[in-house]
Amino acid sequence: MAADSYEDIAVGKGDAIPALEVKPQDLYHAKSFWTRWIFCQDAKVIGIQYSITAIAIGLVALVLSWLMRLQLAFPELVPFIGPGEYYQFVTMHGMIMVIYLLTALFLGGFGNFLIPLMVGARDMVFPYVNMVSYWVYLLAVIVLVASFFVPGGPTGAGWTLYPPQAITSGTPGGDSLGIVLMLVSLSIFVVGFTMGGLNYVITTLQARTRGMTLMRMPLTVWGIFTATVLALFAFPALIVSCIMMTLDNLLGTSFFMPAMVQFGEQSEYSGGSPILFQHLFWFFGHPEVYIVALPAFGIVSDLISVHARKNIFGYRMMVWAIVIIGALSFIVWAHHMYVAGMNPWFGFFFATTTLIIAIPTALKVYNWVITLWRGNIHLTIPMLFALAFIVTFVNGGITGLFLGNVIVDVPLSDTYFVVAHFHMVMGIAPVLVVFGAIYHWYPLITGRFLHEGMGKFHFWVSFLGSYLIYFPMHYLGFVGVPRRYYEMYDSEFMTVSTNYLNQFITVVALIVGFSQLVFLYNLITSAKFGKKAGKNPWKACSLEWRTPEVPPGHGNFGKELPIVYRWAYDFSVPGAKEDYIPQDIGPSQVPEAEAEQT
Amino acid sequence: MKKKESIFQLLMQKPWDPTQVKVDNLHKGATLDLSKGKLGLRYIMVISTIFFCLFIVTYSDRLIYPDWQKMPEPLMLWLNTFILFISSIVFLNAQIAAKNSQFEIVKKRLIVIGVLALAFLIGQLFVWLQFISLGYYVSSNPANAYFYVFTALHGLHLLGGLIYWFISIRKVWVPSNIVIAKVKHTVELCAIYWHFLLAVWIVLFGLMLFT
Repeated sequence: MAADSYEDIAVGKGDAIPALEVKPQDLYHAKSFWTRWIFCQDAKVIGIQYSITAIAIGLVALVLSWLMRLQLAFPELVPFIGPGEYYQFVTMHGMIMVIYLLTALFLGGFGNFLIPLMVGARDMVFPYVNMVSYWVYLLAVIVLVASFFVPGGPTGAGWTLYPPQAITSGTPGGDSLGIVLMLVSLSIFVVGFTMGGLNYVITTLQARTRGMTLMRMPLTVWGIFTATVLALFAFPALIVSCIMMTLDNLLGTSFFMPAMVQFGEQSEYSGGSPILFQHLFWFFGHPEVYIVALPAFGIVSDLISVHARKNIFGYRMMVWAIVIIGALSFIVWAHHMYVAGMNPWFGFFFATTTLIIAIPTALKVYNWVITLWRGNIHLTIPMLFALAFIVTFVNGGITGLFLGNVIVDVPLSDTYFVVAHFHMVMGIAPVLVVFGAIYHWYPLITGRFLHEGMGKFHFWVSFLGSYLIYFPMHYLGFVGVPRRYYEMYDSEFMTVSTNYLNQFITVVALIVGFSQLVFLYNLITSAKFGKKAGKNPWKACSLEWRTPEVPPGHGNFGKELPIVYRWAYDFSVPGAKEDYIPQDIGPSQVPEAEAEQT
Repeated sequence: MKKKESIFQLLMQKPWDPTQVKVDNLHKGATLDLSKGKLGLRYIMVISTIFFCLFIVTYSDRLIYPDWQKMPEPLMLWLNTFILFISSIVFLNAQIAAKNSQFEIVKKRLIVIGVLALAFLIGQLFVWLQFISLGYYVSSNPANAYFYVFTALHGLHLLGGLIYWFISIRKVWVPSNIVIAKVKHTVELCAIYWHFLLAVWIVLFGLMLFT
């Protein structure tokens, strides 16, 4: 059987690994419209379902941000927004964007679509569980949206849901269904995500095709895989805190609720610790930043490499950095809690660990830049977004260094400086990658390109616009404008210039928001009218572009799974005819690239 | 082909290096020598362990305050623990029977296990009712709250296990369903999960007993 041919390959005689050795997989086959498009077990369809749902709920969060901005700059235009509504919008905007859009899109959307294709599998290892995962996610979204329609409206506790105020009357949704629905929705989300994560982890570990070692995987898969492992450790903290707070709210336990006097009356709670909730929440919350960022890191590495026609610089270090960042992200959580009061030594510890994360992160940034160095840079739209990501990420990351220091954080905490920082680093930066990735893989999903003109318009408006929005916010933070305030017109923080700046930010935010609608229009119309892309239009090396049909059919690959002979970055190999050698091209097919040492 | 390598060795590989390329070309794809079912089960057990550990951390954070009042330990709780313990032993037995392809014995053992699991759950409910009738409400003391939370969450995990138990029993019961390798595998996975839940319960029960 195989042993002889293995020997042959080991001494470099050829590349004939018997393809039939790759075990056939029992594939699920759809029998009707319902099982093909609705209750589908094909990871690609599930990925698209995840993406559409995430983008749809993300649009709700986008509209909420417009309303908030209008309230801050032109309150007379939105008389229906009171303080309560404003807090509800803040809360829902934050929670939707972080959890229901970014996490779901990166892992549920891109993870499902790309992992099996990139590692050369026919599907995820547990397709049924995968399907259920999507429907559970959808249920979480529906429960969340339902909270807009219950008496009292959604919760207005801020996206961090800190007790005691989150479940106290006076906070919007605090003594009604709003907060309950939020906690239930988050718990459902975690359950659904756990099912999806099971697939992402095990498919990556066990279902790769012949020749695909872990260190030959594209960095996109590394990013998504590591992010899922992080989620595996972090999400239990979220569900634990949700369960405990739900019990506090509904059954009157006092896990997080201290003794309080409300309206002159002693509440029924006593002895609980609100700080405990903060620890649990941020033990989830900080890794969550990297659950979003690591897939973005991975994807952007691939975009840069493909569109600069150069192998990624320092592949191993990129993998190490992903793993190290993931590990470190679990020992920095209390830097979100400096102002909650803590032992200075703890503050020192968490500040130090926070700053240490800058090392692997900077390493990644250097490697992206060095990959570009003397590359054959094609300024395609995905590349523009990738470049914009690097700049934005560096920007947001540097303000993170400021805020990681206790002594700087204390005065800046709860000002617009923090808003600017986290929007740059985990709002704009990952979203730029999402856009880049959509422009990059859209031809694979639909067989057509997105319209380039609209794409460029979308890019420039989003990129420059987000700087015009968030740069001034740093300044607002420095002069002391507090975040989360519904109205600041009469406060001493607001001077004439800060007022004008606020109005300017709002106008730009509306324009940037509008450009997203152009993108949406592009997404919908290009599926039918876009320029045909054909196979592998970007001339990438990774396996997702090597399917016999585009878009890839059921089972992804043809009769036999591809066999991998190289890593995913054989671009511009000296001597090779083309400037890329896909992963499934054996050495005998490219004899001219014998000395392919990149 | 060498199979075992540490995570560090793995991360040190240079995929572009010609000698590494030759080694990599022989790779069969999977990283671990485990079935996907077993790996899936480990994934679930890891998550559950983290989940319970986090509860235990919050528990130990809370019990040091003076308002903590320990709950009594009714005999019923010991009895339930014993039932769970026996069910795990029976499962061990079923596991061995499955290994030897004695499916008739497996059938009987699985039914016993189902009955024992239900008895455990009903027993736990009974303890709840007993406590409630004695005035130990969930909100009266943090120790009570943790007792109810721990028992409820452990019970829910066991209910989840019963779903998998049902799948196993179906695989053994219907003769046309018997694919020997699959039955053995399913029974083994279910058994591992059962032992895991016993371990979780012993930790939780021990914790409540001694604090």
